[in-house]
Amino acid sequence: MQQPGSKTTPGPPLWLLAELTYRCPLHCVFCYNPIDFARQEDELTTDEWVRVLREGRELGAVQLGLSGGEPLVRDDLETITAEAHRLGYYTNLLTSGVGLTAARAAALKASGLDHVQLSFQDSTKEMNDFLSHTKTFDLKSRVAKIIKDQGWPMVMNVVIHRMNIDHIDRIIGMAAELGAEYLELANTQYYSWAFLNRDHLLPTHEQLKQAERTTDAWRARMGDRMRIFFVAPDYHEGTPKRCVNGWGSTFLNVTPDGTALPCHTAKMLPGLSFPSVRAQSLREIWFESEGFNRYRGTGWMKEPCSTCEFREQDLGGCRCQAYMLANDPAAADPACIKSPHHHRVQEAVERAGSMTQTQAVEHPLVFREPANSRRLASHLSEEG
Amino acid sequence: MTPPGIDTRPRVGTGFRLQWEPAQNSHVLLYPEGMVKLNQSGGEIMKRCDGERSVAVIVSELEQAFSTEGLGKDVLAFIDMAGKQRWLAWD
Repeated sequence: MQQPGSKTTPGPPLWLLAELTYRCPLHCVFCYNPIDFARQEDELTTDEWVRVLREGRELGAVQLGLSGGEPLVRDDLETITAEAHRLGYYTNLLTSGVGLTAARAAALKASGLDHVQLSFQDSTKEMNDFLSHTKTFDLKSRVAKIIKDQGWPMVMNVVIHRMNIDHIDRIIGMAAELGAEYLELANTQYYSWAFLNRDHLLPTHEQLKQAERTTDAWRARMGDRMRIFFVAPDYHEGTPKRCVNGWGSTFLNVTPDGTALPCHTAKMLPGLSFPSVRAQSLREIWFESEGFNRYRGTGWMKEPCSTCEFREQDLGGCRCQAYMLANDPAAADPACIKSPHHHRVQEAVERAGSMTQTQAVEHPLVFREPANSRRLASHLSEEG
Repeated sequence: MTPPGIDTRPRVGTGFRLQWEPAQNSHVLLYPEGMVKLNQSGGEIMKRCDGERSVAVIVSELEQAFSTEGLGKDVLAFIDMAGKQRWLAWD
C-alpha cells in the first residue's frame, strides 16, 4: 500500500486520447473542448500523430481514442487508424456520426478500426428534432446501420442534462430501437462550455431520481441485450469522482496542437505548463514533466484530503473542479461533502432548480461556435 | 446460457481482442474503451480459445504444458465465467 506522499513509478498511460481536431459541425452547449478552441487552429500533421502513436505504444498504451471536435473531418483518419492498428492499439472512434458514410466506414474497417462510439450529440438547437425522432433519429439510424453492417459493436453515448433528462425514457427507447448493445447515459460534467451553461444544464435532484428509476426499469426489461451505464453526476452525490482514474495514472490526452495533458481540461489550471509532443517525447512527458507529476498520488494534498480515509479511493477528486469552484487546484474537490467549499456546489444545484423563464432569457445558452469562442477568448485575455 | 461442454470450441468474443502486453507482463483482453488484465492461467486458457480447439483439447494441452493433470474442472469454470462476460463466444 502506498503511503501518503510516497513516490512510486507510475504505470503506463494505458489510455491515449488523440483529439485530432477542434473542428466540429455541431455546437453542443456541454462540450468540454476549451472555450478558446477557435484560436487554436494549429493541428498536428499525419506524420506527427504517427510518431505520437508509436511513442505511446512503446510506453504501453493499449486503448486509443480518436476524438475531437469531430475526428471525421480529418481526411487522414484512415491513415492514422491503420497505423494505430498496426501498432497494436484497440482503436475507438468517438463520433457524432456526421460524415460517416458507408464508404468511409468501409475504409475505416479496412484500416482496422475496432469500435465506434456513436453520440447523440443533441446540440439543443436541434432539440425539437431530437425529441421528435425526426432529423436526429434519421441520421442516427442511418449511421447505426452503417456501424452494424461493418460488424462493430453498437455503443451509444448520450450526454444528459436538465433539458433532456425528462425524456430519458424516449432516449433509451431510441437506443433500443437502433440496436445499441451498450448505452452510456453520461450526466453532463461541468467544464468549459458546460460550465458556462451550468445554470441551464444542471438537473434537479427530483429529475435525477426519476431518471434513475426509468433507467432501472429499462435495465430490467432489456437484460443482457442492452447494457446501460448511468454515469452519476458528482454535483448531486456529495462524493468526488476519481478523475481520469487518478492524475497521470492511466490517461494521456493529446490536443490537436500537440499539447499533452493528464485530463481533457487541465490546460485551464494556473501555474502549470504542459509540454508539447513536438518538443518532447511522450516518455519524458509522462514520467518527468512537472505538468504530469504535480498532482500524482496523494503527496500534494492539503486538509481535509491529506488525512481523509478515502484519499486513496478518490484521490481528492478533480483538480479542475477544485480550481473552478474553490480557486485552488490543490483544494479538495468541492463536489465532496467534506470540502469547505461544498456549499458552492449545493447552491448551484438549488439555483438551477429555481431558475425562472425570465432568468433563462436574460442569460441564454451559449453554443459552442467559433464566433462565441473568439468573443469569449478575447474577453478572457482582457481579464487575464 | 447452458454451461459450455467439453466438446465445444470457444473463440474470443466479437469486439474483444486478446494480446500479450510486455509493459504489463501479461495477456490483456481489450474491448471498447476497456481492458481486462488476465492472470497467467486466464491468459494461457484464453490464448488457446481460437474456435478450432475444443475445451477438451485445451485442457489436455494445458496439462501437458504445465506437467499436471485434473485441470478440467478449473478450465471449464473459467470458460463458463468468460462466456458470461462475453469474453468468449461459440459459433
